[in-house]
Amino acid sequence: MWLDPSNPQLNRNGELHHLLSLEGLPASILWQILDTAKSFAGVTEREVKKVPLLRGKAVFNLFFEPSTRTRTTFEIAAKRLSADVINLAINISSQTKGETVLDTVANLAAMQADMFVVRHGASGAPYLIAKHVAPEIHVINAGDGRHAHPTQGLLDMFTIRHYKHDFSGLRVAIIGDILHSRVARSHINALTTLGCPEIRVIAPKTLLPSNAESLGVHVYHDMRQGLKDVDVVMALRLQNERMQGALLASAQEFFKYYGLTEEKLELAKPDAIVLHPGPMNRGVEIDSSVADGRQSVIMPQVTFGIAIRMAVMSILAGN
Amino acid sequence: MPGKPLPDAEQLLQALIAKMRPEVGPETGLIGIHTGGVWLAERLHRELGLKIPCGTLDVSFYRDDYERIGLHRDVKRSDIPFEVEGRPLVLVDDVLYTGRTIRAAMNELFDYGRPQSIRLAALIDRGGRELPIAAQWVGAAIEIDPREGIELKRDEGERLSLALYGRSAPDVA
Repeated sequence: MWLDPSNPQLNRNGELHHLLSLEGLPASILWQILDTAKSFAGVTEREVKKVPLLRGKAVFNLFFEPSTRTRTTFEIAAKRLSADVINLAINISSQTKGETVLDTVANLAAMQADMFVVRHGASGAPYLIAKHVAPEIHVINAGDGRHAHPTQGLLDMFTIRHYKHDFSGLRVAIIGDILHSRVARSHINALTTLGCPEIRVIAPKTLLPSNAESLGVHVYHDMRQGLKDVDVVMALRLQNERMQGALLASAQEFFKYYGLTEEKLELAKPDAIVLHPGPMNRGVEIDSSVADGRQSVIMPQVTFGIAIRMAVMSILAGN
Repeated sequence: MPGKPLPDAEQLLQALIAKMRPEVGPETGLIGIHTGGVWLAERLHRELGLKIPCGTLDVSFYRDDYERIGLHRDVKRSDIPFEVEGRPLVLVDDVLYTGRTIRAAMNELFDYGRPQSIRLAALIDRGGRELPIAAQWVGAAIEIDPREGIELKRDEGERLSLALYGRSAPDVA
């Protein structure tokens, strides 16, 4: 086995071989990705926005769940690294899910794939794929069920660092549907590893995992208390498609208590920044005046996502 | 050769400046290669009295050893604060050896534009070229045991010096 059995993302030298989750990754690897992304951000400002690192490599975007932003930014990132990109949107039949996934992957591997970027509705699907691919193939998790979305977590860390420079004095609030959010989990893991001293989650009880406090975060149910004096506000999308049963009275009700409005944002620090991983439900978790307001860094997040994905792919392919 | 003293980097720099002065015009763009080359470019820029700010290159994204050893850690951001198109350029590096770094640097420069010309200044030419690349100006050509590396260092007072470091195995491609 060439991978570290205690953390199947790392090879025996402790280098990143797959990117499946930010959980359990050492700070040195997170900093390496963030620093490398900074250099790639410079590349995207040039006349020729391409570097030759992945020339001749084939990157397969395997999307078992729909996505526009993530798939597109992975595609742009791979192309700017000079890789060949093949996009596959796959519909799966629920009965034969496991078998279908591995069969699909085996067939694509036979077409000389070098890297799989995987989005799947089932938590753990990228792990299953990583376990079955040949040792020279790298797997990147582009979002699996409720579990993790590591590149989104990283690009948000890049965004926070870009505006706030340092994590050591920051108070960060994550608002909304924590329960269904793979992004929130990646945020909490990354912020903790990078030394953020105070992470707050603000959500109704029905949208919080039962073990929220054991993740090392401070739990608030009231926006007005939770937003007080924070430096960074991360709004999450209300994930209606993952909800089973009545967790919420209505979207209007949610907006009333947990929607990010200008009035509530005033309780945060005056220079607080507002992030949202997209796609936004305007008027549900975030008001349009905040989404388009002066504290919003939602569009820069998208741009930074390209540099982060270039960094992850080039580090993985080199290890 | 063990025991043979290394030349003084500050003296080599003065020699380099004297050679470059008559041949480098004010419109020339200086570009230092990280990290030693950037220190040298800053000093050359000051002492040659050039107007255009210095550029810096980190060639990690263009190296030909990526396939073998992966992406270098601690990649710096390349920054060329002037128009490359049509401009005479001087690449600056501390040690000229195989020529592969210079090949990578030239490839990167052409992604910024088409320069009028590229010349090369190096503090030390230690031989051992693997590509058809030569410097216009060198501080000194010296022979170094292929099992050893040589690097430029800078102290807090910005004084430059040279140091040898041992290699566990000969680095031959």
